[in-house]
Amino acid sequence: MTAQAALIRRDIRIAVRVGGGALIGVLFFLTVVVLMPFAVGPDLALLTRLGPAILWLGALLASLLTLDRLFMADHEDGSLDLIVMSRTPLELACATKALAHWMAAGLPLIVATPVLGLLLNLDTRSTAAVALTLLAGTPSLTFTGMIGAALAVTLHRGGLLLAVLVLPLSIPVLIFGVAASQAAISGLSFGAPFSILCALSLVSFVVGPFAAAASLRHGLD
Amino acid sequence: MRVWGRGVGCVRGGREVFSRLHFEAASGQALAVTGPNGSGKTSLLRLIAGLLIPATGSIALEGGETELTLPEQAHYLGHRDALKPALSVVENLAFWRDFIGGEAGDTNKSLAAVGLDHAAHLPAAYLSAGQRRRLSLARLLAVKRPIWLLDEPAAALDTAGQSLFAGLMGDHLASGGLIIAATHGPLGIAAKELRIGGAS
Repeated sequence: MTAQAALIRRDIRIAVRVGGGALIGVLFFLTVVVLMPFAVGPDLALLTRLGPAILWLGALLASLLTLDRLFMADHEDGSLDLIVMSRTPLELACATKALAHWMAAGLPLIVATPVLGLLLNLDTRSTAAVALTLLAGTPSLTFTGMIGAALAVTLHRGGLLLAVLVLPLSIPVLIFGVAASQAAISGLSFGAPFSILCALSLVSFVVGPFAAAASLRHGLD
Repeated sequence: MRVWGRGVGCVRGGREVFSRLHFEAASGQALAVTGPNGSGKTSLLRLIAGLLIPATGSIALEGGETELTLPEQAHYLGHRDALKPALSVVENLAFWRDFIGGEAGDTNKSLAAVGLDHAAHLPAAYLSAGQRRRLSLARLLAVKRPIWLLDEPAAALDTAGQSLFAGLMGDHLASGGLIIAATHGPLGIAAKELRIGGAS
């Protein structure tokens, strides 16, 4: 267990220090959501209706922004070789890295949601619903995104490739995340889309680490 | 404990780097892999470390802990030093000690052994090339592993560093360790030579 704890501690430390990726994601999220009311105009009803979709889209793009560094940094400085050789199974190391990435880059997005909800004229209940769906859905974005990050690791400047690979996989999460938030706001059944969202997350927890580990092993050179 | 390779061939990017290579090293022995640039010294080390898959032949470990694979009992010291510039010297070392696991030692003692104890709290970004190499060497001391795979270990080290490192390798061999090192210069310890590529 100490190996995983050490990996989480290191990745979070690097992410929050100068040059780390944690702040970039939140700042991007903030920028997108803050600009949206200016683009849409002062129609409060429209903003409320669009609110959950804007928050989800912002979170999706923000998490994509920092994902390409997930394995790339470790590949460039040779850490990945040592991680592959270590006694920790590569699947477990991948899952640990994804968890650390989510804690450093995903959790701050959820923390920022209540503040941004104000800008989009969302009431407390709606904001809570969006935050809850983000809490259930963003880990899935990280774990599916990890597959793309692992595939792109050996290609230099694979950032765009990552987006092309990962975005189609994250569409279901986006659909059910927004659907669940909308359902909570309009008083429809919240349970069904939220359960599917949670199921998508659980699937990605299982598939993500194995797929990422397989592509890392294959891509090593 | 014995590491051997029989008929090992390596193909990189469709080009054959070397083929039908035989080598063997036992506990207490050092094997110096020499050869011109591009002859496949690094590739051979990466094959032994399990980071590449041999095109032909096989590499195996006899003896050692039966439940662990060869890479899991080896230290690999490559060109790239696996250091994070954002972390301090001691944080870098402590991470690898905790992550690699196994029989772990004291980070301060390992840092002192490579002469970096005065810089323990300096971010790794400020280290010179030689100091980075010394910090990588500290990793070999912080976690005990019987097999050392070293790629140009003396590169960037000053003369004092080289003799210090020769001493560390000597200690490792004396305690029953095994070293396979790719090198251009002399290692500073008695070693069998395995020459690949070039005129041989």
